[in-house]
Formats: sequence, structure tokens, C-alpha cells
Amino acid sequence: MLRGILIGVLALGVAGTAFWGYQEHREKNAILINAENNYQRAFHDLTYQIDLLHDKIGTTLAMNSRASLSPELADVWRLTSEAHSDVGQLPLSLLPFNKTEEFLSNIGDFSYRTAVRDLEKEPLSEEEYQTLKQLYKQSADVQQDLRKVQHIALEKNLRWMDVEMALASNKEAADNTIIDGFKTVEKTVEGYDETNFGPAFVNMQKKDENYKYLEGKEITEEQAAQIGKKYARLGNNVNIRVTENGKGSDYGFFSVSIQNKKTNEEANMDITKKGGYPIWFILDRKFSKQKVSLNEASNNAVKFLKENGFKDLDLFESAQYDNLGVFTFVSNQEGVRIYPDAIRVKVALDNGKMAAFSAEDYLKSHHQREIPEPAISAEEARGKINPQLKVMEDRRAVIMNDLNQEVSCYEFLGTLGEDTYRIYINAETGQEEKVEKLKNAEPVFEDVV
Amino acid sequence: MKKNFLAGKVLLIISLCILGIPLSGNMDKVNAFSNQVIQHGAVGDDVIELQSRLQYLGFYNGKIDGVFGWGTYWALRNFQYEFGLPIDGLAGQATKNKLLKASKYNEQYVKEQINKGNKFKHYGGRDLEKQTKPQQGGAAGGNNQQQQTPKQPTATNVPNGFSENDIQLMANAVYGESRGEPYTGQVAVAAVILNRVNSASFPNTVSGVIFEPRAFTAVADGQIWLTPNETAKKAVLDAINGWDPTGEALYYFNPDTATSGWIWTRPQIKRIGKHIFCK
Repeated sequence: MLRGILIGVLALGVAGTAFWGYQEHREKNAILINAENNYQRAFHDLTYQIDLLHDKIGTTLAMNSRASLSPELADVWRLTSEAHSDVGQLPLSLLPFNKTEEFLSNIGDFSYRTAVRDLEKEPLSEEEYQTLKQLYKQSADVQQDLRKVQHIALEKNLRWMDVEMALASNKEAADNTIIDGFKTVEKTVEGYDETNFGPAFVNMQKKDENYKYLEGKEITEEQAAQIGKKYARLGNNVNIRVTENGKGSDYGFFSVSIQNKKTNEEANMDITKKGGYPIWFILDRKFSKQKVSLNEASNNAVKFLKENGFKDLDLFESAQYDNLGVFTFVSNQEGVRIYPDAIRVKVALDNGKMAAFSAEDYLKSHHQREIPEPAISAEEARGKINPQLKVMEDRRAVIMNDLNQEVSCYEFLGTLGEDTYRIYINAETGQEEKVEKLKNAEPVFEDVV
Repeated sequence: MKKNFLAGKVLLIISLCILGIPLSGNMDKVNAFSNQVIQHGAVGDDVIELQSRLQYLGFYNGKIDGVFGWGTYWALRNFQYEFGLPIDGLAGQATKNKLLKASKYNEQYVKEQINKGNKFKHYGGRDLEKQTKPQQGGAAGGNNQQQQTPKQPTATNVPNGFSENDIQLMANAVYGESRGEPYTGQVAVAAVILNRVNSASFPNTVSGVIFEPRAFTAVADGQIWLTPNETAKKAVLDAINGWDPTGEALYYFNPDTATSGWIWTRPQIKRIGKHIFCK
């Protein structure tokens, strides 16, 4: 009797466990498949976009009428951005796959640049036409390679989850076709020299000008330590550590770390080797309650910049974050604001002293510029603005436009309803270069942090 | 037991007294700004008073949230224009004196409304009772004088181009990736995320970069969903505001735990804490 019950209970237990195990297994599979599906979608999307991209570039080449070119180029631009986002979703970031992404982004840049231009007035130049042709050929190769991978993947029923596993375990199985396939794609693209794109084609990474405007002699490690000490103002009882930049850096710099032996307050900064200019500085300490007003802090920031030889600056923005004030300054050349030359200073509001600053943008771009006399008057420029907007302030400015070029503009600050806008009108052509809606304070949602 | 009760009573009375003093003080004294010059970007009680007074005179129609934003700025400039003051957008002593003379400020009312999270306005010459509406009331009635004001602190400055949620997401990633690192190291991780957003070789959004599969270990193993601390958030704000301690790095790795051989082939820029940053 007892044995019968026992057997019954055990049997139930075994059946229950089996059922539970089966459930778990199914759930796991469901999730796996879900993830797999996501990857599959991204991958097939990508090949599809590249297909389309290739066709589109082909049609633009065949087109005769300039007027229809613009929308077509805009479409190319849209496709590259979609393909780009698809690449981002694939588990490939450990593979050196960035050449392909760069290739996509180059097509994107080119098509955007030409699409937004008025092609009636300024048609494609011969050089640009050649570039387009080249892009067409290259996209064909990429398309071919990707299609090959796609074909094998479909035929052999390859799973992205397996790629994931292979990458995770770091044993690259000999016949991991997807990985190998993508490596081939990458190699093909790598073969395309960047000079193919012509001199007017700035790659994002190439635009970095590596502090070419800086003057002065190379400093020594010893001098760097002295400069660091001066900025940190942590007294004389400090440990100073100076390290040189790694080999991979485009420019020479010293990293200086200063620690007060008593309080353990630590300051870190980078200093350019050439001339010993401070690139950035961060003081790490506990900040206590606010005692100094934002206005006083901004005056201190101005004083600090003056003391350290940064001249002709306008305070452009100020904002308080808890007990810290952050100020952005831009340089001012004969009444024209130069926005690319920006310096940011952070002042602690407990003692009103500088807590951090960053002069990277300023050091990279500041130089005496030739600012051309505007071709249109401020009144004419104002006429180009949406008449709904109530203009409150105007001035002249130099900004970086969407194409990463410096342009001389009229800047207008105006309001529309409750919002404030900043609008830049090109002082040469009257083109609307940029419209920015300025941020309002954001309401705090509770329990966010 | 009884002693405890007595002690509690005494404590209660004392605390009531302490509470009572500032309350009664508020009612009697003429409210005035502290002596700081208030400028664009400031936050705090002085800004609340400034906004309330400007609203009392009808210059400011936005919500009284204690953040000196663009709306407050134009209101102040219009006030300075109308009252013949130099138009600088700064609330200095002369401006504040004029404001004090021209307007009234019912601090108790305003603070109470903010604390309760009510929608309210502070226009002069109207019954205050009619300018407030409890939160539950909703936006019904179509009265354009009612605006929403969340609980205190009611608003915060956010850098252009980013929302509080972007910052939060980044803080999560930074905390998950580098919570044991020095402060500069945390700013550096945040800067790498932003450098990737700006780079041609990576997705163009913060979320795209963070959730790019296998890009960050913290995302892969779920550590991104730990609750970040204030330091991580400060580090993110610094990075967004323009600090990049990495020298424009796009990758970083911990040399002790890195499993990928490929990462060692990247040109290295520098080391911060446990991480090596590279191109």
C-alpha cells in the first residue's frame, strides 16, 4: 500500500520535472529564435539596402535631367543611413568591420552634399561625376560579396547565434562561413583607397586638424609637471605622475596626474607637447553645498581664462547643474563670434573655483581668420527668416555647417511662441545654414536616478 | 514607557516651535532676493522669486520652475526695456530693486503650490485662489492660465541635443562598464560613447551605439541595468558638455580581461585607470 503511494508520488514527480524541463527548454528556444530573428532581419535588410543602393546609384548615373537628380541622391542618402543602422545591429563589432561602415558613410556624405545643393545653379562637376561612377562600381563589389554570404547562409541554414557563440568562445571554427564571408567583404572595401573620393571629400576622422595652429616649442616632462601643478592648485605636498601619450595618438601630449597626499583630492589633465597648452583638466573632489552664485562663478571663470592667456572670448552659455556651473566661451574676432573656437569651464559653486575645463576645440581651431565682408546686409538676411519668428537679437558669426565647413553667417535669436530659436543665415549667399531650437529646462520626472 | 512618551512629546513641541518660526517669519517680513546677481542658467529660490515677480507684472507667461531659461531671459529683458533699465538680461541690484518696488511676491503661496505639484500662476491683480488648481484637476476647463508644474525640484538644465533620458541611458552604461574606475575614467567611457556617435564607423545615436551587439560587456551581461550613482551621471554630463579625456578614442579595453586579440591591434592612445583607450 505504502509502496504503491510512494511509487505514485515519485512517478508524478518525474513526470512533473519532465514537463517543467520541457517548458524551460521551449522557453529558451523561443528566446534564442527571437534573437536569431533579429539578427536575420538586420542581415537581410542590409543586403536588400545594398542592392537598392547599387541600383539607385546606377540610375543617378544614367539620369540626364539635373532636376531629378536631387531627390534620387537624397534617396541614396536615406538608404546608406538605413544600411548603416543594419550593420550596427549585427554582432560584428569584434570583427574589423568598420571599413564597410565607413564606405557606407562616405556614400552617404557624398549624396547628402550633392542632394542638398541647388543642382540647377551648380551642377555635378566632372570630378563628382567620376566619384559617383567609382561609388557605383564599388557598391557593385560589396553587393556581390554580401550576396555570396547571403546565399551560403541560406543554403547551409547558417545561424547568427552560432556566429555569436563562435565569437564569444573566441574559437573561430574553421568553416564559419558568415564570419569568413564578412571578412572578405571587409577586405574588398579596404582595398578602396580613401583618395578615391577626391580632395574635397573629408572623412570624419580626417578632418581632425591635430592642433596645427599651435605655436611654441616642445616641452619636457618636467615642464609638464610644473604646468599641471599650477593648474591643479593642490599645494606643494603632492604626488605628480606624468605619462606620455600612447603610440596610437595623432598628436603628442603629456597626461599629468596630481594627487594631494593629505586630502587625496586628485586632478588630471592633458597638456600638448607643442607649446604646453592645457587640453583638458578635471579636478576630482567632493563638492559641497552652493555658496557662490552662478554669476559670481562666471566672473571667476572669465578671470581664470584671462589669467591663463585665453583672450577675446564671449560668454556664450551658462548653466547650473546642482552645485556646479558650466560655462561655454567662444572667441570673438572683431565683433564676429567664432563658434568653432569653444572653451568650456566648470566652476564649483561651493568655493567658486575652477573645477574643470576643456580647451580642445579652441586649441584645434583657433587662429586669426580672414572673415570676408558680408555680401548681403543684415536686413536682407533678416528677410530670409520665417516671418512668424520674432527676432530679439542679431550678430555676425562664423559657424561649422552640416558639411563641416566654416561659413560666415548672420546669427538671429528669436522667439516663436514659448520657444527660442537660433538661426544662421549665410552672409554670402543668404542660404539658411542652420536652425536650432534652443532647449528649455526639462521637467524632472521623479525617481529617475 | 511613560518616559519615552514624555520625551516624544517634548521633541514634538520643540520641533513644532522650530517649524513655526520660519513660517511666521515668512508672513511678516518683506520678501526679497538674496544679494546674488541672477543670470541665465541659474537655478534655485531666487529664480523662483524672479519668475513669480515677472509673472506678477505680466512679462513672464511660462511656468514658475526655478530654472532661468530663455523664457525668463526674454521676460527679464522686456522688463528692463519697459522700466528704462540697461538691457543686459542680468538681474542685478538695480533691476531687483525695481522689481521689488513694482511687484508683489507671495512666497508662501508659490512654494506651497510647487510643493503640492499644483498647476498655478502668479499674476498680479487677480485672486490667487483662482490661479491654482490641484493636480488631480487635470487640464480640463481649457483655461490657458493653468500650466503643469511637477514636484520639486521642478526642472533641471539639460545640455542642448540631449534629453534627460539619453543622459540616464548613458549613465547606466557608464556605471555598468566602469563603476570601479576613477572619475576621469568614467568621463572617458562616456566620451568614447559620444565619439562613437560622431564617428563614421558606428551607429549615429546614443542608443544605437550602446546597444550595438557585443560592443559593451555591460550590455551583454545585463550589468547596464544596475542603478547608476550620481558620479556616473556627473561623468556623463561632463562628457556631453565637451570633456574628452581620451584624446578621441573609439575603443577601450581592460588588458587583464580582454578576450579579443584584435583589440590589441588598435593604435593605443593612453591609459586611464584599468582601461586602455585606443583609436
